[in-house]
Order: sequence, then C-alpha cells, then structure tokens
Amino acid sequence: MDKKKRTPCPEQPPEERIKNFDDVVIGYTPEMAQTEAQRCLQCKNPPCVKGCPVGINIPGFIRALREGELEESYTILTEQNPIPAVCGRVCPQESQCEAKCVLGIKGEPVSIGKLERYVGNWAVRNDVCVREEVEGLDPPKKVAIVGSGPAGLACAQDLALAGVDVTVFEALHTFGGVLKYGIPAFRLPKDIIDAELGKIRKLGVKFVADRAIGRIYTIPQLMEEKGFDAVFVGTGAGFPKFLKIPGENLNGVMSANEFLTRVNLMNPPGVDACFTPIGMGKKVAVIGAGNVAMDCVRTARRLCAERSMIVYRRAREQSPARVEEVHHAEQEGVEFHWLSGPLEILGENGWVKGLRLQKMKLGEPDDSGRRRPVPVPDTEYTLDVDTVIIAVGTDTNPIIGQTTPGLELNRWGYIVVDENQMTSVEGVFAGGDIVTGSATVIEAMGAGKKAARGILRFLGVDADVPLVCDVEI
Amino acid sequence: MFRIARREQFSPVTFLWELSAPDIAKASRPGQFVIVRTREGGERIPLTIADFDEEKGTITCVIQAVGRASNEMMEMEEGDEILDLLGPLGVPSHIEKKGGKVVLVGGGLGVAPVYPQLREYKKKGNYTISIVGFRNKDLIFWDDRFKEYSDEFRVATDDGSFGTKGFVTTVLKDVLEEYDDISEVVAIGPMIMMKACSELTKQYKVKTIVSLNTIMVDGIGMCGSCRVTVGGKIRFACADGPDFDAHEVDWDELMARQNRFKGEECKAQECYEDECRLKGKTEEGS
Repeated sequence: MDKKKRTPCPEQPPEERIKNFDDVVIGYTPEMAQTEAQRCLQCKNPPCVKGCPVGINIPGFIRALREGELEESYTILTEQNPIPAVCGRVCPQESQCEAKCVLGIKGEPVSIGKLERYVGNWAVRNDVCVREEVEGLDPPKKVAIVGSGPAGLACAQDLALAGVDVTVFEALHTFGGVLKYGIPAFRLPKDIIDAELGKIRKLGVKFVADRAIGRIYTIPQLMEEKGFDAVFVGTGAGFPKFLKIPGENLNGVMSANEFLTRVNLMNPPGVDACFTPIGMGKKVAVIGAGNVAMDCVRTARRLCAERSMIVYRRAREQSPARVEEVHHAEQEGVEFHWLSGPLEILGENGWVKGLRLQKMKLGEPDDSGRRRPVPVPDTEYTLDVDTVIIAVGTDTNPIIGQTTPGLELNRWGYIVVDENQMTSVEGVFAGGDIVTGSATVIEAMGAGKKAARGILRFLGVDADVPLVCDVEI
Repeated sequence: MFRIARREQFSPVTFLWELSAPDIAKASRPGQFVIVRTREGGERIPLTIADFDEEKGTITCVIQAVGRASNEMMEMEEGDEILDLLGPLGVPSHIEKKGGKVVLVGGGLGVAPVYPQLREYKKKGNYTISIVGFRNKDLIFWDDRFKEYSDEFRVATDDGSFGTKGFVTTVLKDVLEEYDDISEVVAIGPMIMMKACSELTKQYKVKTIVSLNTIMVDGIGMCGSCRVTVGGKIRFACADGPDFDAHEVDWDELMARQNRFKGEECKAQECYEDECRLKGKTEEGS
C-alpha cells in the first residue's frame, strides 16, 4: 500500500444514502483504523496539535490507538474535547489539524478526523465515560451555563472536572444546540450527540430544558436569586439573515435555520408521530454555499425534492463550505449555480414561483480578500423553483443583551469579552458564536474551554486544567 | 413535566388550561406567551398567556382546537402532564398611565389574552373601555373578570343574541365616534379582526397595538418563521414582538403567510411521511 495515501474511509453509496438520513460515512473497521494510525509519524513537536482549536494531543491518542489501548486513546482525546464522536464528524480537519500534518507536504495527511471519530464511536458503543463524577469543591461553587451547544458543553465539562456544580440551561426541549437542530442526522446522528451528552451528565452536570434565559430568569437573577457564582453565555448564533430582495416573505421562502429546525428538531429520526410540517416543495433552491447551505440542500435531496440546487453569487473556489460537503452534495445529485446572484423571488398568489438570478463574474478582491462578484449585464435568468431556503448566515439575537444591564455589546450586537472570556459584567462570561459571530463547532468549544479557565480563576479555584494552545490556522 | 392544574371547557372547540409552572408565573408579564409541547414528537404550539398567578404558581391559556396538536390538547384531562412548557417569551407589553382613555378589544379567543393587559392598564390608573366579541351569547366567557377592571364593558355578538349585533369593529367605531380622548387601542384576536380594527383606528388616527401570534417554531428568534413586515422592515414576532404598531403591519403579507401550511404543502408532507420515513441507525463498522 502506498504510504503517501490515506486509508479510504467507507461511505454509503450516493444512490443509497439519498434515501435515508443515516450517517453518510460508515467509518473505519478496526483493521483500517490500525493501518491509518500506523501512518502517523509521531512527531516530537507535532504541528497538527497547533492546528487544533482545543489543542488535542493528537499523536498521543493515535499512539494509544495503534497500541490497541482504546480506552487510553479516548481518555487522551477527552482531556481536551468532551465530544470526540461529534468533532470527528463535523470538524473541518482539512483546514485545521490535517492541514498541518507533516505527511501532507509530500502526500496525504493522516486522517485524524476519521481516527478521532473511530475512537469516539468506540467509546459511545462501549459506554466508556470520560471520568466518574468528581468530588465537589469545599466551599461549593455553582456555575450556570446558558445554552447547551458546543461552547456550553466544553465549558461545562472543564468546570465539572474541577469540581464545580454546573447547571446547563437550554431554551429548546432537547440538548445539544446547533448539533441537534442544525446539523442533519446524516452528518451527525442524533444518538451520537445524546451519548456524548450522557457522558457529560455522568460528570455531575445538570441539564435543564425549556428555560430561555433573559426571559424566565435574567442573568442578574441567576446570580442574585438562584445562587450561581458565575454564568457562561453560550447562546450561539442568532437571528437568521435575509437578503433584502423582493419576495422574501412569500410562502415557500424559509431561513436555513427554519428548514433545518423543522426537520432535525421537530421531525427527528426514530420518533414516531411527528406532525410539525416542513413546508418544502419539489424544486428547492438554497441560497448560499457554506456548510449550512450544504446541509439544507442535501436534506432537501433526502426529502424527495425533484431538484435540489445551490445558488451562490461567488465561484466554487470561494465557497466557505468544507470540501467534503461540496463533494458529497455533488455525488448526491445537487445542482450548483455558481456565480449567480439572486435578484428577486417571484411569486404567484403569495407562493414562490421562481427565482430571478443574474450571472456574475469575479472582479477585484474585496475586504474579505475574496474576489468580488460583479454582475454581468444582460444575463438575467429565472430558475423554476417553489421553495427558496436562505442560508447566508445570522445576525445576533438581542434577548440576553436587552435583559442584562451593563452587558457591553459591539456595534453588531456581539458580546464583548476580555482575554479570560469575561464580559463587562463581573462574573458573567461568554464564548462561541455570540462573541465571534458564526464559526465552527470546535472553535466554539475552544472558547468554552477558555472561559472555563477564566471562570475557575475568577472563582479562585486552583484546578489543574489543561491549557489550550494558541491555534495557528 | 408540567401539570394541568385546572381545565375548563368554554365551547365545543375552546377550552382553558391552568398550568402549574411557578417560575413562569413569577416571570410573566402582560403580552407575553408560552410554547407548549405535549408529548414526544408533538408540535411546539405558541399560546398567549391569558393570566398568571404568582401566588398559586400557575399560568392560564385559552386554546382553540383547530389542528391535530390542539385537538390532542383538548383531549387531555385535569391532572395530566405536558412534556414541555417554555416561557414567558416575547417582549412584555409597554403599559403605562395614558393621557386619555384606553380601549381593549378582544375577538373570540383573543378575549383571553387581552385580559392581563386590561388588568394592568387599570392598575396603572387608566380609564378602560373593553370591547369583546363572540359569535353568540353561549360562547361568552370571562365577562365578570372584564367588568372588574373595565370602566365600560361592551359586547358584540355576530347574531345579536347579546349586546350589539355585529363585530367588535361595530362597537369600536361607536366608541371612536363617542370619545375624542382615546390614547390607545389594543386589539387581540383573529388576524382579520386585528386588520379590521387597524384600518378603522387609522381613520381616527388613534395609536393601535396588536399582538401577533404568527407561525412559530422555536419562539426565541432562531428560525424566522414568525417574521412579519412592520414599517417596511422584517421583524420577528417571537423576539421583537408579539406586540406591534398595527398601522405599520403589512397585513396582506401577514395573512398570506398564515396560510403557509394549508393545502398544497400537504403533498410534501405526504412524501416525507411515506417515502422518506426517517429510519433507524446503521451499525458502524468500526
């Protein structure tokens, strides 16, 4: 076998997988995992770790894996990352750890993500836990985590390991935040998330659903009336953005959040008698080309759309989605309309009838460094669609800001934090998308972990918390 | 789990739930709503809070059985428990002492959610005129509660079996003609009623607030399903509202959006249920 090449990871064939919501990636067999793990050079000064936003000891977990010590491998992973079975699936490894792998210089980097997934899955299937519940602090310290998404979970785990009494408040009826309502089951199965949450619960972390903080209790109330010594806000991305083009409120136009929530949260796999309508037609255009757009268009494909289309005003090379997602979408028969700028959503009797587009070409680079799309005159055309899904990102949700006196927000409404992730309100910390704007699962987790250290310092707890290295991506 | 502490049937299709939820009762303010989900797989249903009692630790909602979920709710009994209750949600109504009179209009089921606003306006020392509308006199409820906080209490019935024959707008027009010192009108009820009230008060240039119970999923500003154009801008009823200036609302668009899940979309749903039934998990090879 060519050592320069990575061990291919089995996947469901495209024609099969578009008929189900099962994991697209089947994953390595033990033999494949061994073969791939053997490729790791075990660098003394491993560059891959510097590419990981939470600084996982990557050579360490791979070494344990190839020695057959799966439990040790899992322990090494979870020192930095409470949810490896999740991150092994959704991290953009190709631009993080794997981008730094020495093997990548002359060949293909180690499949770090697929190995992480393998070990994470092994732990899920064998019900192996991070650690048993840790003895509480004396005097006890209570911390409230607002939001059960990636940032909150990472913060919760590190605090719990330090003996803090942690309660996670979630506004929705189920836990996991974007992992649950956002990422479709074919990329991240719901039972994997629940299994990972179960492990965090076993550390003594309490999870409370149906609590919209800022409404039922404000953050000052959590601290003054409910006895929390500190609060971490990890409420994630907020209001969906719209395009401000005519026709956006026609029936048949949805935000990506709405579409994904209706499918993932309200019609989850394995739950019978789900009656929440999805509201998707037969000819679906998704505007945008990020990971969320790919999730939407591939979901539409699985929900029997006759045409599932991506419409993006820039070129394919500028798509912010993971290479793997675009590739998977192509395999599944998604149509791509690159360099197509939406002008107007056409309607008839209040319903979507078409999407008016204009061809674009690439001009000079803009502020983001990407070449700016420029309209080409007289190239307008109409796509025959009945559903338009808008996946162009989010603005901030104002609820926490409006109900927390003294909380400093920047001009876009994101929460301002210091180097310890503490906000302008003493004892209130924040991290994840509500601070940085839309980012990845692992970046949010990095912020959650950093906040956990800040909180422990604030509480005067002397805990041996592993440091997170600075990421160089 | 949240217990149905008390249940009352108002008509063949309308009923009241008093739910045990001490923390929600404590935090609730007039104008806010909750989202209920009765069981696993159930829909998330937004309901305006019609009353809240911090001492008893309960909130009250009046519900009309219109769809599958609300019919399931009507079958539940006192003492039963619902799985999820999220709230209070939405921005509380801005209620203060006004220079002139305040008119509270409730149509049909909207009579219930306008009640806490009436009570609060009265407590703030306003002169209050309540107008409630029902199809007929058998459907009238809470008239005693309304009288307690109303300086004037007027009823309209479609068939004239009680009060003025006609709609709430018939009575509202009388009131607008009668007084020239009305500071504000609050109208809650079916979209068509709120739109009619809005058109009427616009002629008289009287500020009017409506409570928009649009189609929602999460209720916390995440999905945008509830969006409505107000003053030319997209606003989210769940997080920016539910109260909006009626004269700024794009009523035609809003009423079209309320039909989003009627009719032809059922086909997509059938497809989803028949062909695309979400399956169980495959075993991972590793």
